[in-house]
Amino acid sequence: MSATLAPLPFSTPSLTPEEIANRFVRLRQRPVAMEVQNLGKRFQTPQSASGKGGEAVALNNVNFQVYRREIMTVIGPSGCGKSTLVRILAGLEQASSGRVLVDGKPVDGPGPDRGMVFQAYTLFPWLTVLKNVMFGLSMQGIGHDEARSQALQWIEMVGLERFAENYPHQLSGGMKQRVAIARALAAKPRILLMDEPFGALDPQTRAQMQSYLLQIWQNVNITIVFITHDLDEAVLLADRVCVLGAADESHPGGHLKTIMDVHLPYPHDVDVLKDPRFLEIRRQLDELVHPRRPLALDRLPIVKMTQRGDEVG
Amino acid sequence: MSRTSWMSVGRTLTPRQTSLLTVLSFLTPLILWSVVSYVPWIWHPQVLIDDAGGSTAMAVGNRVERSRFVEENAALAVAGKPLASGTPVNPVFLPAPDAVAKALYNAFTTPPRRGDMWLHQSLWHSIKIIAWGFAIAACIGVPLGIACGVWAFSSRLVEPFVDFLRYMPPPTFGALALAVLGINDEPKVAIIVIGILFNMILVVANTTRLVDRGLIEAAQTLGAGNRKLVTRVVIPAILPNLYNDLRIFLGVGWTYLTIAEMIGASSGISQFINQQGKYRNYDNVFSGIIVIGLVGLVTDQVLAFIGRFLFPWTGKTNGPGAIAVWRILTFVPATLFRLVGRSFRRSQP
Ligand SMILES: Nc1ncnc2c1ncn2[C@@H]1O[C@H](COP(=O)(O)OP(=O)(O)OP(=O)(O)O)[C@@H](O)[C@H]1O
Ligand SMILES: [Mg+2]
Repeated sequence: MSATLAPLPFSTPSLTPEEIANRFVRLRQRPVAMEVQNLGKRFQTPQSASGKGGEAVALNNVNFQVYRREIMTVIGPSGCGKSTLVRILAGLEQASSGRVLVDGKPVDGPGPDRGMVFQAYTLFPWLTVLKNVMFGLSMQGIGHDEARSQALQWIEMVGLERFAENYPHQLSGGMKQRVAIARALAAKPRILLMDEPFGALDPQTRAQMQSYLLQIWQNVNITIVFITHDLDEAVLLADRVCVLGAADESHPGGHLKTIMDVHLPYPHDVDVLKDPRFLEIRRQLDELVHPRRPLALDRLPIVKMTQRGDEVG
Repeated sequence: MSRTSWMSVGRTLTPRQTSLLTVLSFLTPLILWSVVSYVPWIWHPQVLIDDAGGSTAMAVGNRVERSRFVEENAALAVAGKPLASGTPVNPVFLPAPDAVAKALYNAFTTPPRRGDMWLHQSLWHSIKIIAWGFAIAACIGVPLGIACGVWAFSSRLVEPFVDFLRYMPPPTFGALALAVLGINDEPKVAIIVIGILFNMILVVANTTRLVDRGLIEAAQTLGAGNRKLVTRVVIPAILPNLYNDLRIFLGVGWTYLTIAEMIGASSGISQFINQQGKYRNYDNVFSGIIVIGLVGLVTDQVLAFIGRFLFPWTGKTNGPGAIAVWRILTFVPATLFRLVGRSFRRSQP
């Protein structure tokens, strides 16, 4: 772990398509960090007033592999099971069928090898920033002084050394998520799971956080699975984008649609947002995530409730 | 100041407004009491006889209903005897504020009748009973409550029966407590424990269940095992709420005090009050009641005040308002304390 970040090299647009494609060949030669096999999840739904209770299928036969030190983003429409998936990967939820392997060993409950950053702020409010980041280290039995000095390095890495002694309620949302990332990374997980961690942030802060994350990832031995519903974010961060689909005629629940290699100059940075190739990938993804439907279906059955002559357009 | 600044929904008031209202909330009943006591034509249903005149039915110092006084005087007038005279007064059970204030002062400064206890001795005895009862209840109730909140196992095992027990009024255990624990202070402490404990288990369990699941899950992904989850996440997470729960239960302890002290050999502040009631010293009765209220209020406010320093992470800061309220609330007891101290020093040879 290096305390100070190496300056982010600008992406090199001069890379040829072959060079970019070669990168994915090399990526697939890396060891598999996490493997998801035939994963399914059903929730028991309580008896409702209208009908009888039963089962809701959240995930249906999902299979994929994540390679070491890759960033995989997971995208899909709301309710397709993204959170459910990542909670199963973390071990916080039990799969109904199938299994998850980390380094070849099946996952059974949460553990420090899989760190997690949640969408809601989950810093411990009674601990200072420093103590929050030290939490995982002291859980692993690392002594106070050693834990403290390691934690300070992580806090420095997310640029919050001035706030080490502050309590979470004194931080902004973006700062809280940076601490959450530092706290998760300090525990030295093999895999970092992130469930829409930047969802609640304004676009400016969000871009900043994406840039932070890319820099950290380049400097730390970590594999990242990143859930988002933002297409730009999914493409910008990812080596590969995993597209989940919602339940439809042929699938009873959320299911894997495709995994798309992001053929863009690397390492990614925010400049990539203007690259025509970026826009093309984004367009393809958009079609996968939001399939076109006949417009007539989208007409809302609304009765006009304004006065005549008060038309807005 | 506009009306909205006093009445807006969900907004806190300025420190000035808060202090003002606090003073007012104590002042209003005091003013009402004074009005009823000092304005002769408000209420005053009785007449204290100053001069019996020709009446044989009334004597000097008697209190008679006003209607009877009027009838009696009418009869005297018909008979041609001298009329009785008297002053309108309130019944003996409503002494005037100054009488109560004097009684309060006297209770701390003049020795009681032989065999009786000083007010402060009675009070101290009561405080000890409450402290023991509360401490014992907390030692059992808090760990059990937390266990019930953390593990479904203990919750299902303990809570249904506790829920059943808590509907039994604690005084019904009085006879049992006497038989088992003798007639001294132990059964009294037991009543307080019974009054507090069962509800405490359920309340603490509920407080524990309210811990944000997200915090527990975050700790799990950071490698916290079951034991560490309880000691390093659940307990610190509930501490501020637990502290407030305990504060409330200390108050509940005071409400069971009177009943507890009547069991076996009656004692403490309730015995003082009852004794003075028997002597018809209602000014002393009032001073006893007020002292209980003051002790309760002051302890509660002290604990609330300490609470803000104990949990800095909750973000509730101590503004100048808090300190102003504190001064106002402690003014009466602080003055009393000073007075008592001075008179003690004077009475010492
Ligand atoms: N505890 C639960 N009990 C019953 N059903 C659940 C439960 N949790 C999730 N579901 C259902 O599973 C499906 C997937 O939920 P999930 O939260 O994983 O969606 P998501 O893709 O994360 O959505 P979003 O983008 O809105 O966060 C939903 O249909 C939801 O109703
Ligand atoms: Mg979600």
